[in-house]
Amino acid sequence: MTSARAAIRIARTLLSTQYAYMLEYRAEIALWALSGVLPLIMLGVWQNSGAASQAGWNPGQLRHYFVAAFLVRQFSVVWLIHVFEEDVVSGKLSPFLLQPLQPLWRYFAAHLAEQATRIPFVALMLLALAWVNPALLWVPTPENLALGIAAIWGAFLLRFLLQTLSSMLCFWSERAAALDRLLVIPYLFLSGLVAPLDTFPPAIKTVALATPFPAMVDFPARLLAGLPVDIGAGFLSLMLWCGLLSPLCWLSWRRGLRRYGAMGA
Amino acid sequence: MSAQSTPIVLAQGLSKTYRIAEKQPGLKGTFRHLLRRRYRDLEAVKGIHFAIEEGEMVGFLGPNGAGKTTTLKMLSGLIHPSSGELLVAGAKPQRRQARFLQDITLVMGNKQQLIWDLPPWDSIRVNAAVYGIPEGVMQRRVRELADLLELGEELHRPVRKLSLGQRMKAELLTSLLHEPRVLFLDEPTLGLDVTAQGRVRDFLATYNRRTGATILLTSHYMGDITALCERVLLIHEGALFHDGPLGELTSRLAPHRQVRLELQQPQPRQVFEAFGTVESHQEHQVQLLVPREQLTETVAALLGRFDVLDLEVSDPPIEELMRSLFQQAGENEA
Repeated sequence: MTSARAAIRIARTLLSTQYAYMLEYRAEIALWALSGVLPLIMLGVWQNSGAASQAGWNPGQLRHYFVAAFLVRQFSVVWLIHVFEEDVVSGKLSPFLLQPLQPLWRYFAAHLAEQATRIPFVALMLLALAWVNPALLWVPTPENLALGIAAIWGAFLLRFLLQTLSSMLCFWSERAAALDRLLVIPYLFLSGLVAPLDTFPPAIKTVALATPFPAMVDFPARLLAGLPVDIGAGFLSLMLWCGLLSPLCWLSWRRGLRRYGAMGA
Repeated sequence: MSAQSTPIVLAQGLSKTYRIAEKQPGLKGTFRHLLRRRYRDLEAVKGIHFAIEEGEMVGFLGPNGAGKTTTLKMLSGLIHPSSGELLVAGAKPQRRQARFLQDITLVMGNKQQLIWDLPPWDSIRVNAAVYGIPEGVMQRRVRELADLLELGEELHRPVRKLSLGQRMKAELLTSLLHEPRVLFLDEPTLGLDVTAQGRVRDFLATYNRRTGATILLTSHYMGDITALCERVLLIHEGALFHDGPLGELTSRLAPHRQVRLELQQPQPRQVFEAFGTVESHQEHQVQLLVPREQLTETVAALLGRFDVLDLEVSDPPIEELMRSLFQQAGENEA
C-alpha cells in the first residue's frame, strides 16, 4: 500500500469513526451550536447604534457580517485543550502513543467530525433566522462562497494550531486549560466577533491586525458576506501564522512528551 | 553472535526517577507549597538488568508501587528512562519509531483503547487502518482471534454495554490485530471472574504457542503466573529481587518445606519439636516446617522413629509466599 493510499485510508476511517462517535452526542452538539449565537446577539446590540456607518457599511452589510461571523464561529470551534488536558492527566493519551500515528491527528479528525455533525443544526438555525427576518440572509457569489469556505477552514486550522500550542502546556501543568480561558478575551475582542474591526479606533485596529485573531473571524466573515477585504493579505496572514505555529507545536510536542508520565496508566 | 540470539527485550541498568512535589497539610503547608515548593526524587526503578528471549512468557511480579508498571511504560516507550539502556525488538522504545510501534503492544487492565460509545468493530477498523492491515487480512485475523477469545456478536455491541470480561477480550483482540512480536500485559485479568480469567489465560497460552510472540505479564493473580510463566521477574522497591524459574523463587522465598505425617499411633506434640517447627498437631496427624537443607535427614529420622502411614513433602503455596512478601513490603512502606 502506498503511503498516500494508507494516509487516505487512515483519514477516511478516522473521520467516519469519529463521525459515528459524535452522532452519539448529537444532543450535546446541538446545544453547543445554540451556544454559539454571540455574533447574533452582537448584531442586536450594534444594528441601531450607527456602527454600520462607522465601518463605512450599510445596515444590510452589518447584518450580513454578523451572520457570517456566526457561521465562521460555528465551523472554527476548537476544544482540543479540554480533552487533551484530561487525556494527559488521566493517562488516556497512552494508548494513542502506542500506535504509529501522531495522536494529534485523532483530535483533528474529531474536530472535523464534530463540524460535520453540526451542519444540520446550523442549517436549522439559519432557517429560523430566515423565518424571523429574511433580510438577515443573502446568497453569496460562488467565488465568495468558495473563498469564504477556504478562509473558514484556514481560521479553524489556525485556531487548532494555537490551541495545540497551549495544549502542550498540559505536559507541564495539570491546569493548562486555564490559559485557554485567558486567550478567549483577546479572541473575542480582537477577532471581530464582538464588533467589526473597522469600528475600532485606528491604534487598536493596528494592534489587532498584528495578532492572529482577525484572521480567525473578521477575514473569513467579510469574504463570506461579500464585504470589502484584502484577500491576498488575509490568506497571507493565515499562512504566516500557521507557518509560525506549526514548528512551535512540533517542538513543544517533542519536549512535552519527554515529561509525560503516563499517569493513571 | 547471530541476530537470532539477540534478546528481544534487553534492559541494562534501567532506572527511572520521578521528581515529586511535596506538600505539608494545612494552610501553612499550602502557602509554603505555593511560594517555596519542595521536591523529592522518587526512584521508582533502580538500575535493573534483564533479558528476554523471543517467544518467552515471563511473569513480572511485585507488590503495588514496586516499579512494575513504570518498567512496562519504559519498555513500551511511553516514558523515558532516567538512565540505563533499553532495547525492545531491536529499537530504543523512547524514540517511538513506527517499526517499533508495529512490533509491540501494551494492554492495561485498567485502561482501554476501545471507543466507549461505539462497538469494538469501529476501534478494530481504526487500528487496521493505522497499522496498514489490508481489509482481507483484517477480516481473517479478527475471525481467528474472535474464535480463540469466544467473541461473536459482542463485537457489534457498544463497548459500554459489554461486561468487563467481554471488554477485556475485545481489548485483547484489538491490541493483537497487528500481530505484535512483543506483548506487554499489565494486569489483563484485573477484576475478571474465575471463568473469564481462565479464558484469557488459555487464549494467551494458545496465542504464544501459535505466533511465538514474547509476553511479559504482570498480574496480582498468581494463577495467571503459575498457569502461563515458567520464568518470573520479581521487582521489589524498584530493584530486581529475582529473575529465574518460578520454582527457584519459591525456594528463595520459602527456606522451609512442609512435611505432613499420618501416624499409626498418636504421639505428643513435644516429640516433634526436635525435627522442625510444628505447624499443626492432631492425634494422628502432624505438620512440620523443615529447613530445606535438613529435609532428607529429617524425613529419614521421622520414618525411622515413628510408624508412618503416609508422608507428604510440599512447598508452601506460592500465593501465601507472595502474600507474605507483599504484606512485608506494605508494612515497610507504612
